Amino acid sequence: MQLEYFQLVDRILDLNLEEKAIRVEAQVPQTNTIFEGHFPGHPLMPGVLLIESMAQTSGWLLLGVLKFERMPILAAVKEAKVRGSVFPGELLTIEASLAHEGSGYAMTEAKIRVDGKLRANAALTFTLIPFPNADIRGHMDAVAKRVGFPQQALLS
Amino acid sequence: MSSTFDQVASIIAETCDIPRDTITPDSHAIDDLGIDSLDFLDIAFAIDKAFGIKLPLEKWTQEVNDGKATTEQYFVLKNLCARIDELVAAKSTGT
Repeated sequence: MQLEYFQLVDRILDLNLEEKAIRVEAQVPQTNTIFEGHFPGHPLMPGVLLIESMAQTSGWLLLGVLKFERMPILAAVKEAKVRGSVFPGELLTIEASLAHEGSGYAMTEAKIRVDGKLRANAALTFTLIPFPNADIRGHMDAVAKRVGFPQQALLS
Repeated sequence: MSSTFDQVASIIAETCDIPRDTITPDSHAIDDLGIDSLDFLDIAFAIDKAFGIKLPLEKWTQEVNDGKATTEQYFVLKNLCARIDELVAAKSTGT
């Protein structure tokens, strides 16, 4: 994770466009200024960042499903549950699946696991907008490369 | 038509917590019922699921923004229900 840049997904492990599902990995840093305040002497990954990590995972799934023709923007968070604390240094496995693709919007369901145990889950809604400009599209391509987005998945 | 309206009205009542008896075929989803675009996504989702269709919200929005259609054509409930019936019919005939 690069919390300073709000990049919460490290690596795409599996992107299955047939099943419309994705699995990624995210390493919570051992130290970060966030943990100095949340909380002093008892560092915890903030729940909102866990939700954001599920949103970003869903975002990669939607970018794949939409073949980078639309940009998913988080619009609603439903049924978000933080079932257990996430601590500095833990490795997250985050899964997301497409629950519904509507016209201009999509809904996903996502889960965070640590060592196979469920720590958080959420149902998320996204609006799907055209990329606002070529710079953002280029930026997404660069980040896609960094997280190992499987470009061959777009060919199928 | 009445069956479609009943289903849609129930979806709206449940999704947006609007009293069912205030929802009529002449209600405008936005102007009369106060449903905003984000809440309408939940309604569209429920309608898509219930009727096995995909409401073309993007196309409708574009038409309204371009001045080629009015919101009444799509968001007054009797008109919305007519569109739903058309989409269901098109789906069943494979057109």
